[in-house]
Amino acid sequence: MADTSDIKKGFKMLIDGVPFAVVDHQFVKPGKGQAFVRTRIKNMMTGAVIDRTFKSGEKLEKADTEERTMQYLYPEGDARVFMDTRSYEQISLSNEQLGDNVHYLLDGTEVDIMLFEGRPIGVTPPTFVELLVTETEPGFKGDTSSNTTKPATCETDLVVNVPLFVNAGDKLKIDTRTGDYVERVKR
Amino acid sequence: MAAPADPAVLQVLALRAVAHRSIRRFFEERDFVEVETPAIVPSPGLDVHLAAFEVRNPKGEPAGWLATSPEYQMKRLLSAGAERIFQLGRSYRADEHGRHHEREFTMLEWYRADSTSDDVIRDTEELVAFVANALTEKGELSPFSVPWQRLTVDEALQVHGDVALDAVIHDEERFFRVWAEEVQPRLGNERPVIVTDWPSSMASLARLKPNGMADRFEAFFRGVELCNGFGELTDAAEQRRRFERDQADRQAAGAPVYPIDERFLDDLERGMPESGGNALGVDRLLMLLLGADSIQAVMPFPEERL
Repeated sequence: MADTSDIKKGFKMLIDGVPFAVVDHQFVKPGKGQAFVRTRIKNMMTGAVIDRTFKSGEKLEKADTEERTMQYLYPEGDARVFMDTRSYEQISLSNEQLGDNVHYLLDGTEVDIMLFEGRPIGVTPPTFVELLVTETEPGFKGDTSSNTTKPATCETDLVVNVPLFVNAGDKLKIDTRTGDYVERVKR
Repeated sequence: MAAPADPAVLQVLALRAVAHRSIRRFFEERDFVEVETPAIVPSPGLDVHLAAFEVRNPKGEPAGWLATSPEYQMKRLLSAGAERIFQLGRSYRADEHGRHHEREFTMLEWYRADSTSDDVIRDTEELVAFVANALTEKGELSPFSVPWQRLTVDEALQVHGDVALDAVIHDEERFFRVWAEEVQPRLGNERPVIVTDWPSSMASLARLKPNGMADRFEAFFRGVELCNGFGELTDAAEQRRRFERDQADRQAAGAPVYPIDERFLDDLERGMPESGGNALGVDRLLMLLLGADSIQAVMPFPEERL
């Protein structure tokens, strides 16, 4: 069994059956008193971040989690199917589980999938993806101003704010951490 | 051929040298004598929440412990007639790792005979201003106005923890949990604060004040404990009772039970003047004055870089 001395960034522990990942931690020992480890931990099921203080030396239950790189294959009903390119094992995640990440999946996109006790609980897409614009108001010729923006719909139904010069058929670089437009990709 | 210089290490060395020089100058100007006491001691300190490194001789036999603070030996020097002494040296604590903890760290400890904790609090305020000024010549910061804010433990708990001392005094774990989570992170955010009047159960080596509280103080700055000082306990019988209680508490907690330093008690018995003393973490002082976010950032060789 693990204890508080195992705590470091990314350490995954089980609290009341729920896996939590350590985001930040600090050893505190007030005056001549009891030592504690103050932590900020993220609920890996919901993404909620909470503060929790452990007595130094307190026993912790390690969460049985594993991160695997998988390739996106195709949609299937309300879910998306992924494949482990080494074992060819396939798993599916519901669109609800995927949340906004569903907009970053193109054929063959490699993602990191977090498994908890063998079941997928989350996905981390590549930091940047390139998506084609399928629909946007036509741009104005010669207008390269980036002060004003307009919405553009991409091939995955992602809607991003883009500069006025972007047109349907353009390929855009998107930051998946924020969902923001980064730049137009030269063809 | 020499390797390229590492400016970060050189800067740490330079700043530490300035701080150490200014600490020595501060105490020499006030007629203190610099002393040295052993790193290997017969008793490393009995406070329940202290863990010490055990020392063994080449045959593998127990040979003492690394001192968690030089307190016993420095007080024996007071008994021997020394009046104003300071030591800038190493202390060692096992099981303490974090941004504000290292197993081996630089401790400044000083004692003045025929003095009270108020005198030592004044020393502390002046010393920090003095060191801050010395570092300012390097263009880093501005010192604080004195005197610093004063809070009792009870006031600190009520202001920052929304609980009175009476409500947590009999549940030590709850006290320290509230202190660690709610109180300490909010202490001294603008300028340092001195926290006084600790409960008698946490008196350690402090005497009791007429109000029944321990004559103990700590200074906090930006949520970090900077020092711990006492109006010193000089009653050998009471000191022995506290040591025996600490030993019983250690036994109950499953912690190693360290021996009582009998020579320290003998010297206390023979007589130690009414004194004030303080122990200040020099690495933390440097960290706070330089705006660093860890003591490791101001040490050339923290454990992680050894």
